[in-house]
Amino acid sequence: MAELADAAHAVVEHGAEGQTVQEYITHHLSYLTYGRFPDGHWGLAHTPEEATEMGFMAIHVDTMGWSLFLGAAFLLFFRYVGKKATADTPSGIQNFVESIFEFVEAQVNAGFNYKNPYVAPLCLTVFVWIILMNMMDLVPVDWIPEIAMAIGGLWGLEHMSFKVVPTTDPNITMGMSISVFFLIIYYSIKNKGIGGFLSELAFHPFGKWMLPFNLIIEIPTLFAKPISLGLRLFGNLYAGELLFLLIAGLLGAYQLPAHFVWAVFHILVVPLQAFVFMMLTIVYLNAAHETHH
Amino acid sequence: MDITLTIFGQSIAFFVFWWFCSKYVWPLFMGIMDERRQKIADGLEAAARAEKDLELAQSESTEQIKEAKTDAAGIIDQANRRAAQIVDEAKGQAREEGQRIITGAQAEIEQEVNRAKEALRSQVSAIAIAGAEKILEGSIDEAANEEMLSKLASEL
Repeated sequence: MAELADAAHAVVEHGAEGQTVQEYITHHLSYLTYGRFPDGHWGLAHTPEEATEMGFMAIHVDTMGWSLFLGAAFLLFFRYVGKKATADTPSGIQNFVESIFEFVEAQVNAGFNYKNPYVAPLCLTVFVWIILMNMMDLVPVDWIPEIAMAIGGLWGLEHMSFKVVPTTDPNITMGMSISVFFLIIYYSIKNKGIGGFLSELAFHPFGKWMLPFNLIIEIPTLFAKPISLGLRLFGNLYAGELLFLLIAGLLGAYQLPAHFVWAVFHILVVPLQAFVFMMLTIVYLNAAHETHH
Repeated sequence: MDITLTIFGQSIAFFVFWWFCSKYVWPLFMGIMDERRQKIADGLEAAARAEKDLELAQSESTEQIKEAKTDAAGIIDQANRRAAQIVDEAKGQAREEGQRIITGAQAEIEQEVNRAKEALRSQVSAIAIAGAEKILEGSIDEAANEEMLSKLASEL
């Protein structure tokens, strides 16, 4: 509850600075951006407007940093546990990690019918990584940004944005879903050959005399996969984050119960979205390995 | 939606993490978990075998107990018979011994009686002589009367 009080305090402070709720939310939804300014030099954007001017040639330091940090932390931690693990009765943390392994392995065994030793590690990586990124949503919305602004103040960045939840950045979710998309294409061509892959697009579902219609159906279907995969995750987490911000921005000192209720609900969304992403990856990759037609 | 270079950054991170996971994380746990699965399977198999062994041992022990009981019954029976025999023998011996003691005692008694008779006889003859001496107031030639006296003593 103390953390929620903190968030409330932060809002009051924003109010004192003359920040409206809209400004507060916009500020929270902007990124700490490092990129190329229109005049050609590279640097950190000081305002959201500067970040927008940078366009594509920019990196979201905050979400990218959290994403890398969480992914690396998870893998190194799992490796650390794995190094110490024994085949005897597992205890404590090893039990916990193994239960995750078993869960992922069970899902892969159920959904993926081919031999590919890289699919299960992929699913584990994606599942745990996304859970961790989503869980950043449960940290009170003002905590880390306030700390970041305090540190940024040392370099004249006291109003900088600092987004904490990587999965509320479409770049992060689409970056993963496009990687999955490339894997789909790679494994399709590897298992079916280029001819097999293209004929799947051209001759299904209506046979070769309806080729244009087949293409009209199949090509959007193919591209819909990564887009729906990435945007589903982004949309769910973005909406969750936005609601936290609305509660913090609008309810003032009375936000505590609302935060609590929404956080409890969000605990459901966090692993569910990670699970959905993993399951769809399994399904797509399984389809990419199917050769019987 | 502002798409930036971040999307490439995340893609690269995705592949690097995937590579790291499949090379350095996944095999660690799969090895251990397979090993444990094998161990558990072995353990269950051993337990099943032990149960079977136990069953076998139980039936065997029942058999042995039954056998032992039969043996014991036989031994007790034999012992009883032997005991009866020993008692019988002992009885026979005791009877014989008793008989012998009785016989011995009787012989001794007879001997004692004879001895007493002998003593009595000699005393009687002495008394008779003394009596006779008194009556006759004179001495009697012992040797002359010896024959008569011993005849008297033997009649006692």
